[in-house]
Amino acid sequence: MEFDFADEQPKLLMLMYGLIAFVVVVGGLLLLLDVVPAWFARRREAQLVAASASGAPLPRRSKPREGIFAIFFLLPTLLLLTIGLVVPAIRTLLLSLMNGSSTDWVGLRNYGWMFSDDSMLRVLINTLVWVVLVPVVATAFGLIYAVLVDKARFEAVAKSLIFLPMAISFVGASIIWKFVYAYRGEGDQIGLLNQIVVSLGGEPKQWLLESPLNTLLLVVIMVWIQAGFAMVVLSAAIKAIPGDIVEAARLDGVSPWQMFWQITMPSIRPALIVVAVTLTIATLKVFDIVRTATNGNYDTSVIASEMYNQAFRYGQNGQGSALAVFLFILVIPVVIYQIRNLRQQREG
Amino acid sequence: MTTATPTVAAGAQKVDGTTSTTAGRVRRRLNSRTATLVSIVIAVVWTIPTFGLLISSLRPEDEIKTTGWWTAFTNPQFTLENYQQVLFGRSSSSGQLASYFINSLAITIPSVLFPLAFAALAAYALAWIKFRGRDWLYIAIFALQIVPLQMALVPLLRFFSTGVTLGGVTLMPAWDLVDEQKFAQVWFAHTCFALPFAVFLLHNFISQLPGDLMEAARVDGATHPKIFRTIVLPLITPALAAFGIFQFLWVWNDLLVALIFAGGGNETAPLTVRLAEMAGTRGSEWQRLTAGAFVSIVVPLVVFLSLQRFFVRGLLAGSVKG
Repeated sequence: MEFDFADEQPKLLMLMYGLIAFVVVVGGLLLLLDVVPAWFARRREAQLVAASASGAPLPRRSKPREGIFAIFFLLPTLLLLTIGLVVPAIRTLLLSLMNGSSTDWVGLRNYGWMFSDDSMLRVLINTLVWVVLVPVVATAFGLIYAVLVDKARFEAVAKSLIFLPMAISFVGASIIWKFVYAYRGEGDQIGLLNQIVVSLGGEPKQWLLESPLNTLLLVVIMVWIQAGFAMVVLSAAIKAIPGDIVEAARLDGVSPWQMFWQITMPSIRPALIVVAVTLTIATLKVFDIVRTATNGNYDTSVIASEMYNQAFRYGQNGQGSALAVFLFILVIPVVIYQIRNLRQQREG
Repeated sequence: MTTATPTVAAGAQKVDGTTSTTAGRVRRRLNSRTATLVSIVIAVVWTIPTFGLLISSLRPEDEIKTTGWWTAFTNPQFTLENYQQVLFGRSSSSGQLASYFINSLAITIPSVLFPLAFAALAAYALAWIKFRGRDWLYIAIFALQIVPLQMALVPLLRFFSTGVTLGGVTLMPAWDLVDEQKFAQVWFAHTCFALPFAVFLLHNFISQLPGDLMEAARVDGATHPKIFRTIVLPLITPALAAFGIFQFLWVWNDLLVALIFAGGGNETAPLTVRLAEMAGTRGSEWQRLTAGAFVSIVVPLVVFLSLQRFFVRGLLAGSVKG
């Protein structure tokens, strides 16, 4: 049977409804905002006319009520944030203190489970490995590449190539790398990694089944995607270093090595921190890669993928919520660190 | 960004010429040659996995499964059969990806437009309308960025499936959506999750518009809605583009939200969900996985490459200024 376009029409209809809803909501809001003040203005004019006609004292001009506009401008955002983020987050906090089907309060038992269950300890250790390796390796690579490419020809092309994986979904990237790690028991290897191993005289392996190596191989995927981000931000920071500082240092006969550590590094420190923090937060929440490449099997699971499994596959809402809350708690110190840094920067 | 390079390089050379010896100049040039070479080699290595996938997706099934893609250079055999299969094939084992492709589009377009419009309105109010508690409200929205979306998943799903009841009173009935109607809850979820960052990014731009402009318009009697429409919107187009690309890539590439709110069927699930499923259940069907992966990559790649300028600008505004 061939693909039938008629089957797709309900979807396109739904998409059209969505677009109509968009036009109605946003257009309606803007229209409302135009009509209401015009109406007020007319009423005030009428009052003035009436007042001057009857000879009564002119009504005192009330202070412009800007707040009313603000409410309308902010209404959709505040409504959605409350329904979609604030209330659910509070409920998740409560759910984490309840049992799997959310019928009884169990206190902190879900959190106790998180730190005592053997397979959960593995998950926590894996997450730690991710969070340590990805920001460090990706930032370091991005920095080295940004410095290297700064003097190179074909700079724009080279940067684009490194940056390109940013556009690829984690799912797509995982498939790309699963293909690199592919294994065949007999005959030629089809995976690049095994081919390299074989041509060096080694034995091919089922890479993704071997713990703890498989976690490292998944980390490679994340680094491959995120290094471009680090490189672009750091490269922009390097180019923002004032040219006269660099020139003055060069006139003083500073070696490239000293230049890097004494001029470049201090100048781009804020950007470095931002990159590392952003990568840390992104890594904490990594889910797609683990899910696509191994589905969390073979000791590769991390907090975010385990949270999904507990809450949406095993129906353990309590344990899933506890993992989500733990993820949130892990993010907080990172963010506080960044805010403190920003404040220092503003003062300094 | 790239235009700054030649001037810096030229300046450096001039300085070298006056201060260093010929040997030093040669060494420096060699250094820069080495840097160029090394950076090109790394860039090529970085691209090889994607390139291998692209080559493989164009090879016949038997070839993919028995020989490495690098042999395609000595023994070239190419076909579009894989794409034909994975897009339009109707057997359950083929991808049926054309259907999921449309789902991805149907999910992504409204999920970009809604947060864009709402956040622009909110960012304007937070930047230019004076009202009490404005700064606190901005900080609160800014702070919501750090709440991982995992915190919202379970209750939000319950909100859609059972509605809201408070003390036995139904405040909102369940949405009870079926099939393609489920797009609505995916739009809703994506919009909610995108707003904090969107407000933050657009506020960065809008608050930096010159205040004189607003002041002049106000003196002329323009109301806030009028200023927003006629002055602010045209000026922040680059910022809107930057966030639009961000959100487009994020939604198109998202797996988690789609998995939970769209379900797995071909009525609503996007490409990512289908591909992740294929990678799990048909992990050795490389002729479909390679072609399928490329189908999912091609749209964001085109968007990304054609609008990279805006994307980078947004990235820098979002991360460095923040």
